[in-house]
Amino acid sequence: MNQLIDVKNIALDPDQLVHNDKIATPMYTSSELFEQEQEKIFRNTWVWVAHTSEIPDKGSFKLSKVGREPVIVVRDRKDNIHVMVNRCRHRAATVCEVHKGKTSSFQCPYHGWGYGLDGSLRALPNPEQYGDDFDKSQHGMLKLRVESYQGMIFATFNESVEPLEDFLGAAKKWIDLFMKQGGGYPVKTLGEHQFSVPMNWKVQLENTTDAYHFPIVHKSFLQSLDEEAEKTFTFLDGEGFVEDLGNGHSVMVMIPELVDLEEDLERKIPERFEELAQALRDEGYPEDQVRRIVRAVGGSGFNLNLFPNVACSMAFFRVLTPVAVDKTDIRHIAIGMEGGPDIANRVRLRLHEHFQGPMGFGSPDDAEVWERIQRGVDGGAELPILVNRGIEKEVPGEAGPRGHVSDETGMRAAYAMWKRMMQE
Amino acid sequence: MNTIDNESLLWQVTQFIWHEAAILDAKEYDAWLDLWQPEGLYIIPIEDADDYAAVLNLCYDDDKMRRDRIKRFQDGFSISSAPPAVTVRTLSRFVIDAVDGNTVVVSCAEHLVEDKFGRQRIWAANVRYTLTSTDTGFRLQEKVVRLLNSDGVLNSFSYLF
Ligand code: FES
Ligand SMILES: [Fe+2]
Repeated sequence: MNQLIDVKNIALDPDQLVHNDKIATPMYTSSELFEQEQEKIFRNTWVWVAHTSEIPDKGSFKLSKVGREPVIVVRDRKDNIHVMVNRCRHRAATVCEVHKGKTSSFQCPYHGWGYGLDGSLRALPNPEQYGDDFDKSQHGMLKLRVESYQGMIFATFNESVEPLEDFLGAAKKWIDLFMKQGGGYPVKTLGEHQFSVPMNWKVQLENTTDAYHFPIVHKSFLQSLDEEAEKTFTFLDGEGFVEDLGNGHSVMVMIPELVDLEEDLERKIPERFEELAQALRDEGYPEDQVRRIVRAVGGSGFNLNLFPNVACSMAFFRVLTPVAVDKTDIRHIAIGMEGGPDIANRVRLRLHEHFQGPMGFGSPDDAEVWERIQRGVDGGAELPILVNRGIEKEVPGEAGPRGHVSDETGMRAAYAMWKRMMQE
Repeated sequence: MNTIDNESLLWQVTQFIWHEAAILDAKEYDAWLDLWQPEGLYIIPIEDADDYAAVLNLCYDDDKMRRDRIKRFQDGFSISSAPPAVTVRTLSRFVIDAVDGNTVVVSCAEHLVEDKFGRQRIWAANVRYTLTSTDTGFRLQEKVVRLLNSDGVLNSFSYLF
């Protein structure tokens, strides 16, 4: 198991780069491999681009990325969602540089070509020089296939890829459970933290279902909690598990009693949410709704990793964008209750600020260790990166292999999918 | 010092803000906590808002969060703060926006350079201080740091602005 890897002769062969329970250093360092991944993975499968609540009205749009490629996600007048490459068909200028907003059309700032909300070319100044056979219908913006599930919008360049719901497969059950943190209201995004880390994107891909690091890296976060909450987050010796859900997806159940937020509502309200519960009672919410909302505010007791770029993590979406072989942008999107009690959404915001983002008590420590991986792989290229934890003890789960909560089952799931896609 | 002497007010607030900058660069965080009124708020917003409590911020610290944050920096268990980045900051372009009784609102520009892992990063911000004049000098009532590109892609910070 401890043999070294002959990196000089590895020739970027997926078989040698991913060896089930270990991966080779070029996985994090090879620019050539990074380019191949853009083509074979990010252009080839469903990539998360937005949540429907980010484009709530007709004409609402937001900018996003599919791999490195800039796209516009937009809702048209008939409520259809379009995703198109943010590139003018004339000479390639971006047609939009506003992060989000509302519009009736997009006009290129260079020579004035105008596009509809569906990306179709509507008009261009002085078209006569193009002659009679210039066909506007052939010069719309490049569009991607779009499908959504539970408000999560995915897009792909691959016209022949399987339907989104088939791709999500066993992960759908967990997405359904995750959305219960709307507490009976629709889930909506409440803003996001964005930060860049000098690391390969796969370092982050591994992290969402890595419970092994939690008590070490997040010790200072744990120490900032009250005793009861600290106990909740001390889940390594609990009944949790991590399971391979197929297609690279995986789930890590940290707090089993918080898998289904609508179950067992009679249970005692944690002390740190007592004040919120009382405030909701004072606003006239009946006791069962108070409990449902309070439970929702605390978030789900699991992390769901969806290959290749999005995770549903306790109480937020975590999105990665590969920028370069050693640079990845991370977005932590807070979610709350659309039309739900303001006081409850405020508690969600404060909880999000507490852990996430550039100033959180958690994210900076994650970012530090991720960067250290990228610094570490500059040495000892022949050493394997181990993702073998728990492989001997895995048992069959509902969808795929299941391991102890701190096992590296989720990483093996992601790398098996990585290998499959890179070999296709 | 309960009545504010308008003649030297700009000089006094400048001295106070430079003092705060020096203790933040020196990471003398206990001294920094002492500069605050207990009900004070330290806010680093993402976007402008009328009510920062109602939106997501980079940080929205009341007394408890400030103390927890400082404890995190000091206890040595936070890998991003042990060791932390080294910082040097300058504050300038002071403007007094309002004076009301014992309260002064002052705005200024901040430049901060951080050094870690052999690389340096530069951050710039507009800062608005709400200071209360007390018998023992100014106290921080509110500090709102508007980082450039606060709604864009940032890095993580192991220090305060
Ligand atoms: S590049 Fe867009 S109109 Fe010319
Ligand atoms: Fe983490």
